[in-house]
Amino acid sequence: MTTETRPNASAVNNAGYDMPPEMRQNVAITTLDKIWNMGRRYSVWPMMFGLACCAIEMICTAASRYDLARFGMEVMRPSPRQSDLMIVSGTVTKKMIPQIVRLYNQMPEPKYVLSMGACASGGGPFKEGYNVVSGVDQYIPVDVYVPGCPPTPQALLHGLMKLQEKIDGESITKVRWYQKGEIPAIPVPILGPDIIDPRDYALIREAKPAAAQAPAAPAAAPAAPVAAAPAAPAGTAS
Amino acid sequence: MTDQTPKPDSSATTPAAPTPKPESSATAPAAPPQAAPVEKSELEKKFPDAVKRDARPGYEGDVVSADKLRDVAMYVRDDLDYDFLSSLTAVDYFSDLPNAASHMEVVYHLYKSTGGGSLVFRVQVPRDNAVVPSLIDIYPGADFQEREAWDLYGIRFDGHPDLRRILMWEGFAGHPMRKDWKEAYFEEELKPYKNRWPEGQVYRIEDRNPYGKNNKYPQGLNPETVTETADPLLYENLEKAAREYSEDIDTEQVVVNLGPQHPSTHGVFRMAVRLDGETIVALKPVMGYLHRNHEKIGERNTWIMNMPFTDRLDYLSSMSNNFGYAIAVEKLMGPKAAPPERAEYIRVIMAELTRLSNHLWAIGFLLNDLGAFFTPALYAITERELILDIFEATTGSRMMCNYFRFGGVARDLPAGVLEKIKDLVHERLPRKIDELDLYLTENELVRSRGEGVGVITPEQAIAYSAAGPVLRASGVPYDVRRADPYSIYDRFDFDVAVRYHGDVYDRYMIRIDELRQSLRILQQAIKGIPGGEIMTGKNPYQIRVPAGEAYGRVEGPKGELGYYIVSNGKANPYRYHVRAPSFINLTVLEKMCVGQKVADVVVNLGSIDIVLGEVDR
Repeated sequence: MTTETRPNASAVNNAGYDMPPEMRQNVAITTLDKIWNMGRRYSVWPMMFGLACCAIEMICTAASRYDLARFGMEVMRPSPRQSDLMIVSGTVTKKMIPQIVRLYNQMPEPKYVLSMGACASGGGPFKEGYNVVSGVDQYIPVDVYVPGCPPTPQALLHGLMKLQEKIDGESITKVRWYQKGEIPAIPVPILGPDIIDPRDYALIREAKPAAAQAPAAPAAAPAAPVAAAPAAPAGTAS
Repeated sequence: MTDQTPKPDSSATTPAAPTPKPESSATAPAAPPQAAPVEKSELEKKFPDAVKRDARPGYEGDVVSADKLRDVAMYVRDDLDYDFLSSLTAVDYFSDLPNAASHMEVVYHLYKSTGGGSLVFRVQVPRDNAVVPSLIDIYPGADFQEREAWDLYGIRFDGHPDLRRILMWEGFAGHPMRKDWKEAYFEEELKPYKNRWPEGQVYRIEDRNPYGKNNKYPQGLNPETVTETADPLLYENLEKAAREYSEDIDTEQVVVNLGPQHPSTHGVFRMAVRLDGETIVALKPVMGYLHRNHEKIGERNTWIMNMPFTDRLDYLSSMSNNFGYAIAVEKLMGPKAAPPERAEYIRVIMAELTRLSNHLWAIGFLLNDLGAFFTPALYAITERELILDIFEATTGSRMMCNYFRFGGVARDLPAGVLEKIKDLVHERLPRKIDELDLYLTENELVRSRGEGVGVITPEQAIAYSAAGPVLRASGVPYDVRRADPYSIYDRFDFDVAVRYHGDVYDRYMIRIDELRQSLRILQQAIKGIPGGEIMTGKNPYQIRVPAGEAYGRVEGPKGELGYYIVSNGKANPYRYHVRAPSFINLTVLEKMCVGQKVADVVVNLGSIDIVLGEVDR
């Protein structure tokens, strides 16, 4: 792991190879992994993508006081095709998760996900809500979690530095995007009577309905309008 | 069904009829008959058959029968001059006990655009067949609010041309705000919950859900046959709207979706736009991508637990949100909860600082939309950071301040903060605002892209219930701080900023004006702030609020922020509704954009200044 923050030749020099002092700035003996990782860690381009309150702190982090540019990360890309990092900054709702998964699928490898704040990491204060996904990691893999509600810019920067550390540990022989075969895309959830993850088809079909444990009243009154809603999509499909 | 029977003079008698009480177990006092013979309201005199005074203690206004609602509304608007529909919301008075009265209620709060107090009326309909005539052609501002009531409560509004779900998606099972609708992670009816460590064993709610997720499905669902129905319906309605615009011209039109992920939609907001060439022929906002169930959670929380949640409504101006909620609850609690003098001053100082930071942000990002990518925003954010420093020193948090309490504020200003504020509002900010003004106001691009774009006439602005800067930029000098003063705003000398063209440029200028007026208020408040207590009585862990309803409103940076709360005398609100200015201001977006070029859509949106936390709640 490098301790210097500024990239120069001595930063990538492998331990054990002594360089004459006058050459340390210019020549290094190192591994491909180190060169690769150094390139990656200093040019992580985040996607310009905000969900909720945390997005405001993310913008503040990019602004002049906290200055994301120091990490080579100021190039916020509006398109997922050009981004390396998705900062999931805010509450992930069921209505939004299909789009988030789509955006994630559109990002080219190597790609990283930073879950910013309590909501994105686990639902946060809104966890019990009927439209809230309790953590974006139920759908896409997350590399770094940053706690806070919202995390301060300092906390986000710390999370980004942790991501850099993670990148430092990569090896081009092992990372998934240099393996044989395609990396399968994540199936996009469907907005049915409730959010449906295609990976859960079997579970949904087989699980005992939640009514067994929910002590909800039988509620004869609202039956008419409520029952109409789920019937509609099922009918139109076939 | 409750009291639809015409009973001309019921005001003096005891409400013998099933006075619907929130929840059956009735801790609320047994409805002592309102002693004095209440004077008949204007509406009662005019419509003796259809209107009667709401006799429940703690409630105001009249109950209107559903079939006469439109006549009453027409009369209220045209003869009584209540032309501004501030809030329309529903309440589910539900009881699962046999023989207990259950009904749905739609509550309307109206104001005059010339100022003054409110007029409240309500309609009561049965729960299993909730149909209310739509007021959309009388008050176009009812559009989204009626759709929200349909979405969350299942109240059908007869005559609404586009009654689709608005926050949840089309096809979602159930109407979640109904009291008998339970979410997948339902644990208990009310907070605080009982022990989550029964016999020392901790449990997580996920473990009790058969899917391990926050989901529930109707019995026997075959998930593989489910298809989405929301978008086809949206495009169908979009086409219908487009036909109204250009019936005779036969050109190929395209549908463009802006958002929910778009670099300049100010959050996860989506606009489905139908274009004829570059001209917009129809536009439908699509929201709900950040609907995080604020109100459902709020009705389970205790009163004070909602305070930090209000921070997350309009997350750029948390202090104003606190202010509105505190005022609504204090209104219901009565004079014993009136905050002491020093607390009032601190509240005003914090609210105005919030307005400064919000408008700085709004101006910066409006310029972003105009093409001045990030440079003006960086200048604005620099100043905002200084205000956030003050918030952090006072409350411990930059954004989510959670600072107001019922009857005061959470803690006093720490040493040195007042000096810092003084320095800001006397020295730095006036200079910086002048600088913004100097660089931006006469800028060629700002002028040419702002002037005459997205024009809203004063009549439209009022009819569509636009509030705040959007309303005032259209030439309506309506500011809740003046029109219906709250807290101690009547003591300060300031002007209600107003501009008259109703275009994007004026909506930008009005924010510059308001920055200056806020500075004026701040300068007076800092001078006048007294010493003393910051809290009436002790800061209690839990409060009890007398049964009844209240609508408290403040002039938030984005417009009129209202809280409609209903209490049944217990430790939790029975109904907790937020009249979110960003949400209702969006009603007018379609009017702003239709007929304009697609390049101006984002600018129009930026000039409304929305925050999605508040739009979707």
